[in-house]
Amino acid sequence: MSTLTPGRAVFLVARREFLTRVRAKSFLWGTVVIVAVLAGYVLLQAVLFDRVGRDVVAFNGQATALAGAVEQTAQSLSYDIEVVDAADVADAERRVREGELDALVTGAADALRVVVKDRLDEQLRTALDLVVKQQVLSAQLAEAGLDPATVTANVARAQTAVVALEPEDDQEGPRLAIGLVIAGLLYYSLLVYGTMVAQGVVEEKSSRVVELLLATLRPWQLLLGKVVGLGAVGLVQLLLIGGLGVLLSSLSGVLDVAGLAGGALATGVLWYLLGFFLYATVFAAAASLVSRQEELQSVLTPISMVIIIAFVVGINLMIQDPSGTAVTVLSLLPPFAPIMMPGRMAVGVAPAWQVLLAVLLALLAIAAITWLGGRVYANAVLRTGARVRLRDALRP
Amino acid sequence: MAHGVLEIDRVSKRYGDVVALREMTFQVHPGELFGFVGSNGAGKTTTMRIALGVLAADSGEVRWNGEPITLETRRRIGYMPEERGLYPRMKVLEQLVYLAELHGLSPAEARRSAEAWITRLGVRERRGDEVQKLSLGNQQRVQLAAALVHQPEVLVLDEPFSGLDPVAVDVMSQVLREKAAEGVPVVFSSHQLDLVERLCDRVGIVRGGSLVACGTVDELRAGGDSRLVVHAPAAPPGWADGLAGVRSAHVSGGRTVLELAPDADDQVVLRAALATGPVHEFTRQRPSLTELFRSVVTEENAA
Repeated sequence: MSTLTPGRAVFLVARREFLTRVRAKSFLWGTVVIVAVLAGYVLLQAVLFDRVGRDVVAFNGQATALAGAVEQTAQSLSYDIEVVDAADVADAERRVREGELDALVTGAADALRVVVKDRLDEQLRTALDLVVKQQVLSAQLAEAGLDPATVTANVARAQTAVVALEPEDDQEGPRLAIGLVIAGLLYYSLLVYGTMVAQGVVEEKSSRVVELLLATLRPWQLLLGKVVGLGAVGLVQLLLIGGLGVLLSSLSGVLDVAGLAGGALATGVLWYLLGFFLYATVFAAAASLVSRQEELQSVLTPISMVIIIAFVVGINLMIQDPSGTAVTVLSLLPPFAPIMMPGRMAVGVAPAWQVLLAVLLALLAIAAITWLGGRVYANAVLRTGARVRLRDALRP
Repeated sequence: MAHGVLEIDRVSKRYGDVVALREMTFQVHPGELFGFVGSNGAGKTTTMRIALGVLAADSGEVRWNGEPITLETRRRIGYMPEERGLYPRMKVLEQLVYLAELHGLSPAEARRSAEAWITRLGVRERRGDEVQKLSLGNQQRVQLAAALVHQPEVLVLDEPFSGLDPVAVDVMSQVLREKAAEGVPVVFSSHQLDLVERLCDRVGIVRGGSLVACGTVDELRAGGDSRLVVHAPAAPPGWADGLAGVRSAHVSGGRTVLELAPDADDQVVLRAALATGPVHEFTRQRPSLTELFRSVVTEENAA
């Protein structure tokens, strides 16, 4: 008869939890649904961007010579157009009417005429105006004996120097989006996998299998194995979803920031681990107080509320002002940090000292909670029947 | 103390004001089948849970091989809790392998042992099914397999026979006898007293948290009142009244049933019976375990 080391005991319990959950259909479908929603959202964005971003403009006759200049000017205004040749004006007008073409440009270089269906896009009008004015200017400069190319180059060089006291991040939009997605994913993972730990504890208690297990395991070994096993399931799901999210967004080009998203995913994983170890023990301890699944909701509600508040309040404050005092303070506190801090980090407004302080506080909280929760669990898990009072469970 | 003996030594336990165990003491020797009987709430389950370390005693000690039981030695005990405990949604074989590994068996040993026990206990064809899909009787067999799968050196079984069909009872009895023959101390509780009487080497009767009687079935019987059944068709009514050592006599189905004092000489009774005419039957009837148990419970109610 070989002996069982504590490490192997924890490993065996964790492996069972992991395999049971990963093999379950609910894990597969849950992941598929989340990934599908995420992918659908990204694709929708991509398609919308594409439609809005590219107008088709046809050029006819003399105007064709200006097509390149118009396309370039439009691009400098961050406005993408697709340029096509239109040999037959009547046919091109029909296509404009049918919406196939967004605009048809005809006429001489200094007197362009634009045919549109109902109205001319403001950006296209600006681009065309600029090109026409440039044409007129070039003609006049040439008449005055100046080289239009030189003048244009000189004019282009003249610029205002800008000194930004608080430079705006041009990636602020995507950063905030990533921050919100990370906060959302962490919220989902903590709530779902925390609840799973609780359900597992009650399942063992209600089926009385815990009595058989505790004849060979110490309570902390069973608890740790369960937390590690289910935490690993959550981690796998988080990595699957997050990895696919980064991949999809970089492939589709919705977010030109795969590196940014990858970094946010890494901090997300760190905070998931901290948050999960913080909350899982609390979930387990609360669950050990009751003996039936039906009673579970009543003891879990207060814990779920903290996570929900962290998410809802955190998201709202973050959208308003990610570096406001309220958000900063909340994001340092252990119960809220796992959801809010990674969000703020993704937005890029959390200084290193705040991150380190939040991690330190979280680690201290984990140590305290694990000790306290482990004690409640060990005292309450074998008491079946009526709900165990917290006060009784804390007694040695 | 001797090698391989399971000792419950003056174990006491209170739940608030309720005394569950009062200095419970007994030993189970290697190779011995010890039957643990008593009415509901007498303290049998509490004793077993304390022996398994699932419950902490207020005082007293449980020893095995002369040493107090630790987590390491506890892993060598096979345990069947009163409230059956298995993962309802885990497959039979997987569950047994898991439990065997948790008791320190290597993966290969665990698998071999689990396969062997499900075959032996007749649940082999259900090995891939979830436990909750099995009938209660089959769940009970799996539960026994769970107690045996890690090749335990001590067996503690709480009500192993409840809910079993007669075939399963035979299988269970045979397995317990075999384990005892291998030198394993086996203790089990049961309300099926005829079974305990047939199966057990020694019996302990619990009342109010302590052992009130303990010994082989014969020893326990010897302590009770003895009865004589006499069939003497020609004897007149009241023929035995006034004989030395006879406490009472009544006629039942043509036979006279005499309650004798412990020191009575039955030969005197036989001579008196022969004096009335022919004697077709003269039997010393000893109390069954059920009757002993009843008398103990009656004492409890009188107390």
